[in-house]
Amino acid sequence: MAVEVPFGSSILDAARAVQVDIPTLCKHKDLLPTAACGLCIVKVGGSRKMPRACATEIEDGMEIVTHDAELTEIRKATIELILSNHPNACLTCGRNGDCELQTIAGNFGIRQDVIPRYVRDLEPDCSTGSIIMDFTKCIKCGRCVQVCQEMQNVWALSFLERGINNRMAPAGDISLSESPCVRCGQCSAHCPTGAIVENDETTTVWEALRDSSKYCVVQVAPSVRVALGEAFGYPPGTDLTGKIYSVLRRLGFKAVFDTTFAADLTILEEAAEFVDRFASGKGELPLITSCCPAWVDYMEKRFADFIPNFSTAKSPQQMLGVMAKTYFASESGIDPATIYQVSIMPCTAKKYELERSEEMYASGHKDVDVALTTREFARMIKQSGIAFRDLPEGKSDSILGTYSGAGVLFGNTGGVMEAALRTAYFMVSGKNLEKEAINIMPVRGLDGIKSAALDVQGTEVRVAVAHGLGNVERLLLTVRQARRNGEPPPYHFIEVMACPGGCIGGGGQPYGVCDELRRQRMKGIVDSDLGMALRFSHENPEIKKIYSDFLGEPLGEKAHQLLHTRYKDRPAYQR
Amino acid sequence: MQTATKSPLEDLDTEMRAEIRHCLDKWKEKDGNLIMILHEIQNRHGYVPRGASLFLAQETGVAVARIYEVLTFYHYFRLVPPGKHNLTVCNGTACYLKGSGRVLGELERRLGISEGKTTSDRLFHLETVRCIGYCAMAPAMVVDGKAMGKLTTDDVASVVEKIRKREEGESNGQSRN
Repeated sequence: MAVEVPFGSSILDAARAVQVDIPTLCKHKDLLPTAACGLCIVKVGGSRKMPRACATEIEDGMEIVTHDAELTEIRKATIELILSNHPNACLTCGRNGDCELQTIAGNFGIRQDVIPRYVRDLEPDCSTGSIIMDFTKCIKCGRCVQVCQEMQNVWALSFLERGINNRMAPAGDISLSESPCVRCGQCSAHCPTGAIVENDETTTVWEALRDSSKYCVVQVAPSVRVALGEAFGYPPGTDLTGKIYSVLRRLGFKAVFDTTFAADLTILEEAAEFVDRFASGKGELPLITSCCPAWVDYMEKRFADFIPNFSTAKSPQQMLGVMAKTYFASESGIDPATIYQVSIMPCTAKKYELERSEEMYASGHKDVDVALTTREFARMIKQSGIAFRDLPEGKSDSILGTYSGAGVLFGNTGGVMEAALRTAYFMVSGKNLEKEAINIMPVRGLDGIKSAALDVQGTEVRVAVAHGLGNVERLLLTVRQARRNGEPPPYHFIEVMACPGGCIGGGGQPYGVCDELRRQRMKGIVDSDLGMALRFSHENPEIKKIYSDFLGEPLGEKAHQLLHTRYKDRPAYQR
Repeated sequence: MQTATKSPLEDLDTEMRAEIRHCLDKWKEKDGNLIMILHEIQNRHGYVPRGASLFLAQETGVAVARIYEVLTFYHYFRLVPPGKHNLTVCNGTACYLKGSGRVLGELERRLGISEGKTTSDRLFHLETVRCIGYCAMAPAMVVDGKAMGKLTTDDVASVVEKIRKREEGESNGQSRN
């Protein structure tokens, strides 16, 4: 079979271009090859050497054998070797049924342990409350280390020791929570096995739902609706908002809220902050977004000199939490102490955000009680016996449930910026952007750093958007440099999301993330915005109502007390 | 789950800071300088203290994670202070065949530690090495820089006990003063 591919392609990519799947456990589409697992060996020409397809560039005229009896035998032996260092614990593993190693062992028909098993006796690291690292299940592919060091520039994980003692862990004998880890969970999203998984809290939620003294309410984040379907056979990007509302009611939640409503609320506060700083000169520029808890943690540990630039507006999750336990509770006459709030998030760091500072208890209670990732939510639905695909479309509650298209955009990179600019423009000029200017195209897409200059009533507003923490440093260094030189800031407004693609590529989303998948999920988000009559956060009737009935003005005293937070300088290493 | 706000570096003494800055000035223009700096730190202290790694990371911009990857990759580097007396058992081919296992086993039993570890009173550090070139005298070990050969388990026992007695004598002598 002849194949023509761009110069520099690997043998692995060339094979994929002609629908040939060479097995691999270490190569990930987001990452550079490490040639660690040894499964992608191929034969080239008549040579007896068997190069690894992931790390071998294809050359003109190469003749490659990807599958034959000998290669299959060697691959099988390699899998048996990997399994000999892996606990036989599939049935109780967090990746059971959705594991690359399990799948490949199944595909190769491994039916017995050929090599005596040696598994190191190491305790799992549960210290972060967001992710669980079980070193015994590690196959040393190196993905998590590359994700943590290169893609995210966090450097919490490293490859320590060598040979049989080699393991991925934070530097020195410390736990993850004492390391620079920001709990973004990208390591768990890229791990081929159950070595890094989300901290599963579905049992806690089931117990709450079965507790008649608790009034269980729930909120669902924008990006969950376009990714959850992948766990139920829908194409990526399918917007399942209606079915999600239905299933949440069937699961027993007494009120179903939408985090997207609180995204609109965040925009009102954040856009007001921006206008205050930009037009009235009150406070530092650039203003930097703070909805992403992994980014907040990263900033506090690495860029604490930017604290004055950070928007003090809480994230949508926390804003919805406090509104449910204050406004909703008083409107519906429910004792907020009995309200138990669950959030469905694309994110492992959201579990950390619930308790990150005292402001997360602004209602007088813990504003959000537990955060589940999309993966845990899918598991709950499957466990419940509800035929998700056959469900009718449901509705959210009419209080804290209505949202604008701008709010949905929060689910992907550039979305907070776009939504904020739509409302900031209105706040400055008193009128909405023209229909053809509503879509702010330069901040969309998957480029690591995006920038744009917009004309607001004759004044230039310069904005930048970064996603994937690995892209942040470069951007912030230009700002720091300008500040040192006493120059005006290169940007007035910066959005950062920790995960590549933003929340649609979050560390708690269904497995298999890569740019192709991110684009499909992003299309779901953008289409949802386009399909809505309501495109501006400030036009959301529920938002208007909540300000007139309860909050007063954006940045007003009550808003400040309930919807804003503070930041502090934290050491990257605690010991 | 609130995290601490105090950096572990706040406890690092000024002498160590000055020492590391000195090493940095000496090596900063050269390739492969990280390993050379770590060597100097270890030569001076007998190990690489965590504070030194954290400070070095801050000064050079090299991640702590990367420094530990280097420190744990090479057998030479130590992360904990060495014992006062260093016992290095040769595990090269000749010594292995002549019974270095028995020598090591006896030491592990007498000291109550495994290879690579230091006793809790920091008196002994036990390690193995791949051939010290003393094959004709196998099985051999090095005690505080001095090689000993043709070892029996009795020899090993007496080496340990001699050091212990000497140390006891010293500490008694000190207490009388």
